[in-house]
Amino acid sequence: MPTTLTVNGTEYQVDLPDDVPLLWVLRDELGLTGTKYGCGVASCGSCTVHIDGEAMRACQVALADVWGPVTTIEGLGTPNALHAVQQAWVEHQVAQCGYCQSGQIMQAAALLSKTPNPSDEEIDLAMSGNLCRCGTYPRIRAAIHAAADALGREG
Amino acid sequence: MPNWGKITRRTLLVGSAAIAGGVAFGVWQYRRDLPNPLQPGDGQATLNPWILIDQDGVTLIAARAEMGQGVYTTLPALVAEELDVAWEDVRVMHGPAAQAYYNEALMSHGLPINDYERTGFHEVMIEAMTVLPKMIGLQVTGGSTSTIDAFEKLRMAGATARETLKRAAAERLNMPLGSLTTRDGKVIAPGGIELRYAELAPAAAEIDPPRRVALRDPEDWRYLGRSMPRTDMIAKSTGTAEFGLDVRLPGMKFAAVRRNPRLGGGMLSFDASAAEGMPGVERVVDLTDGIAVVANNTWLAMQAADAVEIEWAAAPYPDTSDEMLNVIRAALDNEPNSMLRDDGDLDALDIAPEDREIEAEYTVPWLAHATMEPMNATALHTGDALDIWTGSQAPGFAEQRAAEAVDLDTDHVTCHVTFLGGGFGRRGETDFVVQAARVARAMQGTPVKVTWSREEDMRHDFYRPAAAARMRGVLRGGFATALEGRVAAPSVTRQSMQRMTGLSPSGPDKGHVEGMFNQPYAIPNYRVSGHLADLDVPIGFWRSVGNSFNGFFMESFIDEMAAAVQRDPLAFRLDLARREHAPSSGVLEAVAEMSGWTGRTPEGTGRGVALTYSFHTAVAVVVEVTDQGGDVSIDRAWVACDVGTALDPAIIEAQMSGGVIWGLSAAAMQEISFAVGEVEQWNFPDFDSLRLHNSPEIEVRILETQPHLGGVGEPAVPPSMPALANAIYDLTGERVRDLPLNRRLSFVI
Repeated sequence: MPTTLTVNGTEYQVDLPDDVPLLWVLRDELGLTGTKYGCGVASCGSCTVHIDGEAMRACQVALADVWGPVTTIEGLGTPNALHAVQQAWVEHQVAQCGYCQSGQIMQAAALLSKTPNPSDEEIDLAMSGNLCRCGTYPRIRAAIHAAADALGREG
Repeated sequence: MPNWGKITRRTLLVGSAAIAGGVAFGVWQYRRDLPNPLQPGDGQATLNPWILIDQDGVTLIAARAEMGQGVYTTLPALVAEELDVAWEDVRVMHGPAAQAYYNEALMSHGLPINDYERTGFHEVMIEAMTVLPKMIGLQVTGGSTSTIDAFEKLRMAGATARETLKRAAAERLNMPLGSLTTRDGKVIAPGGIELRYAELAPAAAEIDPPRRVALRDPEDWRYLGRSMPRTDMIAKSTGTAEFGLDVRLPGMKFAAVRRNPRLGGGMLSFDASAAEGMPGVERVVDLTDGIAVVANNTWLAMQAADAVEIEWAAAPYPDTSDEMLNVIRAALDNEPNSMLRDDGDLDALDIAPEDREIEAEYTVPWLAHATMEPMNATALHTGDALDIWTGSQAPGFAEQRAAEAVDLDTDHVTCHVTFLGGGFGRRGETDFVVQAARVARAMQGTPVKVTWSREEDMRHDFYRPAAAARMRGVLRGGFATALEGRVAAPSVTRQSMQRMTGLSPSGPDKGHVEGMFNQPYAIPNYRVSGHLADLDVPIGFWRSVGNSFNGFFMESFIDEMAAAVQRDPLAFRLDLARREHAPSSGVLEAVAEMSGWTGRTPEGTGRGVALTYSFHTAVAVVVEVTDQGGDVSIDRAWVACDVGTALDPAIIEAQMSGGVIWGLSAAAMQEISFAVGEVEQWNFPDFDSLRLHNSPEIEVRILETQPHLGGVGEPAVPPSMPALANAIYDLTGERVRDLPLNRRLSFVI
């Protein structure tokens, strides 16, 4: 029986076994390839999405267990309508290879939604599960602070 | 960003009535012309292999793999600077695999000469070496050479195209050439007349380009020398950049693979009966050296691949990394393959009773690339042709190897290069491409994406080899009078070249001793020998290659020499560098100033310094560590580099800072080890890297004093590792001579 799934505001009927991780539903079935596969064991954060507003590793959530609406990087903002975090990423020229950045941005956006003005320690805690082999961390930190400032001004 | 695949398809639809096919000019023409690989479609014109003009604007071909290092920004900036197009109108694509995009700087880099003291003879040798890559179409991204290779070539391409467009405008308007100027994609004529390049391109493509065009004075640069907005940044911040793993084709299937974890051993037998009955599985393909499972979902394919029962043959190398290291250590006493430096006379050294003589041995482990994006390729075999979509650092080789694997002519194989989710040398290999080609042949007519699991990726790399060194030094009156270094490791150059070209170069292997023999130190008796150790473990180019181990050996030992005579390690290096190479002493002075180096650190804090000249760039690093309740915290790093001309400071800063984090990660915590012939690491929990919370704060200074361009992607890696080890020595008093350091102490994780 197909599973009903809401992703970026659109409802989908997915006909895959219950235990297929959300990551592979998004990527292979729905064609939402912005969410990346890095490790499959929740140790790199490349597949971070929001479920009901909370940052989750999509490689660890089985299709049958998705408990709320899903937001992926494609739903956070678009090239013509960037989210404040994406805007800060562009302004700070964060990405190098770029592969991990969808996950970094989703993690950072979830952090800022709960902690609008995070300290360095709070950023450390929230971001330590996201790996970047290019080593873009200094700019990630700067971009998170900048996005917090921008959201503060908006808010 | 235009998609090369679409343009190729469009071109095929309209036939190959190329408007300007084969027109190649400028710097292009002074040697043998290579055919222009761009086949413009209807309404498109190409003026040379780097420029495609149509009604939508100007597309610049980067022709190097964008793997994070910014080539999709800096290479187009070189063309755009001379062509005069507005930056926001520039579109970039990789372009096809073609001989036209050969990398001459890469081959000259392999010459066994000391890069920092080039002479006329060396320049001649470098010229000679450019012939080989042209012949074998070495369109490789590597060796931190992309910008060095492109610096003149691409500015010339832009300048000659601009002048040709002006000639077309002069003819059209019947006005003197001298009255015309260019700006933002237009030729400007007196009286407010403006002609868009797109209108002029078809006519320009028929005009013989000028043979000599003067390049602009750097004083007049608009784009070069500035931090340009990266052309890939918005796509990479919105999940819309297409990596190999993101390629989607109509009717595509998804495959997972398994190969022998005892690397190079074959497959004796397999039983796929359980896997074949699993959900989503369409087919299990026998690849003779492993299996592929094709399914309707990657995860289902991976589950089924794990369920295939396979009997593997033994590995062709020793069972354990300890045994391998014994083979490598033993090679230190073998006949040397190279002795690329032998200044003074080490054999007739007159050692006085008051001299200090020290010796030390060092080792480093095997290392994986562990790119964030696991190896993958998508392929479609249609019977007489093969299309491949993948992130490749060597698309020309990928096409050749894939063609051989499925018995097609190379002309019928097309490699479409996507963004690379990290390369670091790994994606110059073709194993994952060949594999996808073979799966696609078995699934003729159906496109298949082959994705490696992280575990498959970690355990089937072409590793940075383990290596060992034996160092000896003599000090007199606080100065180094002699340094003798012996390095032993398997030869990356020989194994890689054999794999890629079928030719294994004989003679001295420079890559094996780079970072030790060619360091800018005035030591009167200075000898370095390289000893090759034969082991059949797959090895390959890993960010900074031989420098990645020799930098650690050399700069740890230089530190030991300074300590042996109670000298400040930075001042000791400055004495050696000042008399040999000004840019190198310059970067040392810069990090001393940046870090406020005093040679003294408070209790609980340690500082270390290191300098390595590699990829034509001198880089000095100071690392500061502190003791946090028994764990070492890497708090700060200061980096100074001298790149000659800084074409894009923000990209250089990113590469230096990222290079340091790459090197510190390896030195602190990374190791690939073997047991029963298999790699013992499976995934990131076994092979971790620094993360945001335990990375240092990094400050970078870019100097521009040396007369030639230097590479930026790799040279920060080598000095970062010894700088950390030297900081640990300053903190703890213990000299750790074997990497990774976390075998001996624990880091904040």
